[in-house]
Amino acid sequence: MDIIDILLSASFWTAAIRIASPLIFAVLGELICERAGVLNLGIEGIMVAGAFAGWMAVYSGTDLWTGVAVAFAVGMLFGLVHSTLTVPFGLSQHVVGLGVTLLATSLTYFAYRLFLPEVTSPPKIEAFQPFEIPLLSDIPIIGPALFNQTPLTYLAFISVGVVAYILYRTPLGLALRAAGENPAAVAAQGLSVTAIRMGAVIAGSGLMAVGGAFLTMSAFDSFFFEMVNGRGWICIALVVFGAWRPGKALLGAILFAAFDALQIRVQQTPMGADIPYQIFLMMPYILSILALIVMSRRAEVPAALMVPFNKGER
Amino acid sequence: MTIATKPGFSRRRFLTTTAGVALASGAAFGPSRLMAAEPIKCAGIYTVPVEQQWVSRIHKAAMIAQERGDLDYTFTENVSNTDYARVMREYAESGYTLIIGEMFAVEQEAREVAAEYPEIAFLMGSSFKPDDALPNMAVFDNYIQDASYLTGIIAGSMTETGNIGMVGGFPIPEVNRLMHAFMAGVRETRPDATFQVSFIGSWFDPPKAKETAFAMIENGADMLYAERFGVSDAAKEQGILAIGNVIDTQADYPETVVASAIWHFEPTLDKAIEEVRAGTFKAADYGVYSYMIEGGSSIAPLGTFEGKVPQEALDLVESRTAEILSGAYVTEVNDEEPKSQ
Repeated sequence: MDIIDILLSASFWTAAIRIASPLIFAVLGELICERAGVLNLGIEGIMVAGAFAGWMAVYSGTDLWTGVAVAFAVGMLFGLVHSTLTVPFGLSQHVVGLGVTLLATSLTYFAYRLFLPEVTSPPKIEAFQPFEIPLLSDIPIIGPALFNQTPLTYLAFISVGVVAYILYRTPLGLALRAAGENPAAVAAQGLSVTAIRMGAVIAGSGLMAVGGAFLTMSAFDSFFFEMVNGRGWICIALVVFGAWRPGKALLGAILFAAFDALQIRVQQTPMGADIPYQIFLMMPYILSILALIVMSRRAEVPAALMVPFNKGER
Repeated sequence: MTIATKPGFSRRRFLTTTAGVALASGAAFGPSRLMAAEPIKCAGIYTVPVEQQWVSRIHKAAMIAQERGDLDYTFTENVSNTDYARVMREYAESGYTLIIGEMFAVEQEAREVAAEYPEIAFLMGSSFKPDDALPNMAVFDNYIQDASYLTGIIAGSMTETGNIGMVGGFPIPEVNRLMHAFMAGVRETRPDATFQVSFIGSWFDPPKAKETAFAMIENGADMLYAERFGVSDAAKEQGILAIGNVIDTQADYPETVVASAIWHFEPTLDKAIEEVRAGTFKAADYGVYSYMIEGGSSIAPLGTFEGKVPQEALDLVESRTAEILSGAYVTEVNDEEPKSQ
């Protein structure tokens, strides 16, 4: 069958990992925020800002890695805005999050016009190129898929390991998870819930911005306003899908991306001629929703997610 | 009237001159012109930034008209569809007499606003026909199927596998008719060609367009029809060829983009200016002013591919161009959604 051939091709898995990479950064960022008890709906706008900031930095003459750092820093700034409003002030996380998305998107547009008042087409940069890892990339199918990607993709996978290690193997991770489960206990230990939550949102927002930067610095080499195109919202769902665990969230991102890579290819099989293209475009979302229903039944939601904490209040 | 459509005019050089310079020169030359009494106050309302391909053609034509002294032009870009009617009203209230824009996503609302300001001329990009009950609104679209057909002839002569990939945003009439014309052109030189057609459900998601193009290349395509940004990039990375659409992108992809079908908005705008000046602006379909016979579209110079395209194909392009310009050949306008075949 056609679909079996597609699933067994290395290029399919290469595409899936490539599509998953920006999602991996962003889903990790969201996961860190939520594990500390803060839902960050600023994700979509922060990705737009990151996509612009990283690309603009490189266009202005910095090297690619500095561009990634700039994107991370811009993400952290929006994280600071978000967390200041949601943590010490305890405002509605839904309203603040959507507000940050609108603010980040509009500021990005403003900055774009400020930096590039008269251009005929969005300028291009020299983006990250695939870097083949010797030996490992010779493994059939998974070799080229996992080990012939751009450096940012490798960074995404490394980030999953680092975040998992910090969350489960360090006192900082314990405190962060506790802030999302039982903030009063954290306060009783003499730790500042406010500092932990704000730190988590700031760091998480930085990662989201790098996810956005992947689009302009690795997947493509230019910036467009609508190019994030809902990827941030997908990551909110992927955190639930991953049951707030980095490893499972990684799988979720790859699964979603694989569905996307698959629908692109199935459109060109004989099936594609009969079925409206919209059905194919819907496929990754529908399958993700189905998977979400199955996976989330046993998920443990952080108990204090979206619950503001006021020290000393009972 | 067709000064602007002369080949060789540098869009880049033109747009780097600021609006201020254009305004100043417009003011300087305006009064000396015989016809131009007062420049028409014109506003452009666009849902995307002005450098994005389709809108860039409108913006360019308006800037030229302003430099010539025919327009006093201003614009608002990146207006969301939910905000479109408000921006229309703002310009209508502040004394603009010609408003140009795109109402593909706000057809109903835009018409309602136009009905409230019967003394103002609205020239809007639309998938629908003009309405005589709304005499102050005319519609246009990029009917550049003639040029798309000609690029198809070249594409058919350059493909080796006969397998052509086409990535589109949404299957709306203005996309569909160009794809069909391109396919008809390909069949002139490659009757057995097969086509892979995909829509990505978004106008500006270059990474997705690129992924879709990669999948088509894996599936045997060696020539891509680049309706969206991102497609030419996939072709460039994989070392195959592409055909451009609406704007000439060969400068960015010198080894990849063979030919492009170019849209010139100038005839459409100039017609509107003429009608507004004469006080005869009425509900009409300005789509025809994008036809090649009106100077509304052309095929980009071969540039880096000079000498690489088979002579028979170029001969056919030349004879067909002559037939199109004389009216002997009319490219079919087919708005149906194209399918892989």
